[in-house]
Amino acid sequence: MELVLFILFGLLAVAGALNLLFQRHPINSALSLVVVMMSLAVLYWSLGAEFLAAAQVIVYAGAIMVLFIFVVMLLNAGEEEETHGSKIAYIAGIPGAAAIFCLLSFVFLSERSRLGSTGLGGYLSGAVSNIAEISHTLFTTLLLPFEVTSILILIAILGAVVLARKEL
Amino acid sequence: MITVPIAYYLILAAILFCIGIAAFLIKRNVITIFMSIELMLNAVNLTFVAFAHLWRQISGQIFVFFVMVVAAAEAAVGLAIIIALFRARQTLNVDEVDLLRN
Repeated sequence: MELVLFILFGLLAVAGALNLLFQRHPINSALSLVVVMMSLAVLYWSLGAEFLAAAQVIVYAGAIMVLFIFVVMLLNAGEEEETHGSKIAYIAGIPGAAAIFCLLSFVFLSERSRLGSTGLGGYLSGAVSNIAEISHTLFTTLLLPFEVTSILILIAILGAVVLARKEL
Repeated sequence: MITVPIAYYLILAAILFCIGIAAFLIKRNVITIFMSIELMLNAVNLTFVAFAHLWRQISGQIFVFFVMVVAAAEAAVGLAIIIALFRARQTLNVDEVDLLRN
């Protein structure tokens, strides 16, 4: 059951990411990124992170991607022009990315038995739910970082308003 | 009941991260480049959640929460910068934004 979920949504996520890579129009890339984020939300849920699954759908797939699509439509972004791009990116970048992937996969597969495996659903102790545990930690030991986050968001809003004004 | 090895989740995250790197390098549209950064952030979030499951700890999930908050702030500021860039240069192609080159 869980293996089927993982394979299904893992393949969906990889397909969405590849579609982001190969589509030329930004709006198609944005919609395939939404697919990736939705399937990642399902994977979070199967790893026992229900709160993060909901936050992923609301914050990423909802808020951030709507912002992206608004900007694509506001700027009337058409299809990408066919340019050769930077040579260094092709010579060093793509093999570098492939090398990083091979290294990571090798390490993960060789440590596979020590990493263990996952059963469906939550893992936290007793009757404590995932959301209760997260909020308890967030509002007791991590209260200061949580409050600093609100200042960060305030500054980000002010910065966005200042940057997007008509006369800069 | 068949369980899934944590290593598979980590390899999926590595695949997504490397696709993000490739998109970042290949794409010429500045909005799509920004989207590939978001894809890389999502891949890293998946490794955080997988390791949180592995160690039976809640801190990994809280880290992902903070990454999401910072990503939201980053998206707002970054898209505002893209709008300002479009106003100044009338283009979204990164090859034509080369003021620092000469």
